[in-house]
Amino acid sequence: MLCQDCNKREATIHLTQIINNEKVVLNLCKICAEKRGFHSPFEQMPFPLAELVSGMVGSNILKKPDKTGKIDKKDLKCTNCGLTFSEFGRIGRFGCANCYNVFRVELNDLLRRIHGSAEHRGHVAETPTEELQPLREEKRLRDKLKKAIETEDFETAAELRDRIRELSLKSKEEGS
Amino acid sequence: MFESMAKKPASWLTGKGPESEIVLSSRIRFARNIAEFKFPPSADTDTREKVIEFVRSAFSSMGLLKHGHFYNSNEISPLDQSFLVERHLVSPEFMKNGTGGGLYIDDSECLSIMVNEEDHIRLQSISSGLSMNECWECAYKVDQELARKLEYAYDDQFGYLTSCPTNVGTGLRASILIHLPGLVLTREIDNVISRISKVGLVVRGFYGEGTDVLGNLFQISNQTTLGRSEEEIIDSLSKVTQQIIEYELNSQETLMKDASDQIEDKIWRSYGILKHARVLASGEVMNLLSALRLGICLKLFDKVSLNQISELLIVTQPAHLQKYYGREMTSAERDMVRASLVRESLHGKQ
Repeated sequence: MLCQDCNKREATIHLTQIINNEKVVLNLCKICAEKRGFHSPFEQMPFPLAELVSGMVGSNILKKPDKTGKIDKKDLKCTNCGLTFSEFGRIGRFGCANCYNVFRVELNDLLRRIHGSAEHRGHVAETPTEELQPLREEKRLRDKLKKAIETEDFETAAELRDRIRELSLKSKEEGS
Repeated sequence: MFESMAKKPASWLTGKGPESEIVLSSRIRFARNIAEFKFPPSADTDTREKVIEFVRSAFSSMGLLKHGHFYNSNEISPLDQSFLVERHLVSPEFMKNGTGGGLYIDDSECLSIMVNEEDHIRLQSISSGLSMNECWECAYKVDQELARKLEYAYDDQFGYLTSCPTNVGTGLRASILIHLPGLVLTREIDNVISRISKVGLVVRGFYGEGTDVLGNLFQISNQTTLGRSEEEIIDSLSKVTQQIIEYELNSQETLMKDASDQIEDKIWRSYGILKHARVLASGEVMNLLSALRLGICLKLFDKVSLNQISELLIVTQPAHLQKYYGREMTSAERDMVRASLVRESLHGKQ
């Protein structure tokens, strides 16, 4: 059997997956399998994430017609970074933390397939204390400073620069 | 840059620590992101720079910069980047990203932090031998402190949020670098690997994902990061590692029973080649050093110490050689220089 991607080399890697009751069969040569992200020194299949995600995206969001036969289910889109779920399916990477929120329902399914669970059971992240404040403040001031310089408001810029200097001196003292 | 580092072996390869005849090193890695910024793959240059600045000032206020250095990736030359990959201080992916990244390395080389790799923060702790707990304590302490400075991207259901869904949850990758010549020679390795993958662990080559097996060295790490606690992940890796060590020792015993003459010959032959060869490729050196390590393990060979083998394993790699001799070399030149470096090292010991 020839590889379904290049149609040139013999397919040596065969993969069958059931995604949402749809059977997906892949017959690939070693080179094309590597191109799809299956690479392992032992030629065993590592987790085929890209296929899983795009399989889900394909069957769940884009291709599945609703009862009336129309394909009108909207592609979900992250309100913060603008990444759509089908784009995520293509690249396999999220754009920002908010994506997890927007795609939560879809992710429950995907994460269970990847990890066997969709619930974090480890340590809970510490939340920043007031120590964070100077850092945040410094960042805010720096942004303002940049704007002031751009608008040639040098008086404000000088003032801001002094305040930043004060802050960083303070944080260095505390850090030592 | 990194010249002084190039002349000494990495501290995680000193050949010390529990089970160090078989387990070269242990490593803990956390993937973390800062809540307010886009993840590095989709962040623009401006955002990436802000992240670096943000992280750097957090490091500074934690006093980290007193015990190590922070570099911007654009000040690290391609040769230096390969050098750091060879030392396992950065990932090959970090190198591919080019500019817009940051890197912290502490003076002992036990702790390194990549900024803007696939996630904003990739924090790793690495140590010699089977010493998961030591790594965990070191990495966890820094992680906790960072969490108080930067607001991590965290979700009550999904845990620590990462760029790739395969890292979400604990964001933890625990791994060991292990030498398994007995299992390879007795052809038991495939069985063991398939058993390992059934318990949620994954096996890779020397430099991590997608790399070849050289010198009978394998990296074993947890595959999933969500649904189990950090302690459970580490505990399971440690237990499986103990088991693999037992399998390896059994294989070595079988070898000695069935083919001790051939094994002994293989070890001394390897020593002979290393000691006298004029041209040595890097993969070849790794395989020959593997035989010497096996010899030490089997108490058939004591001309070279474990420490020296580990040192040679690192300093004979392409970027290390070029750093050591302070110039760029072609592959053919390197093979000659490598042979002469190995000869020097082995003859000095006599």
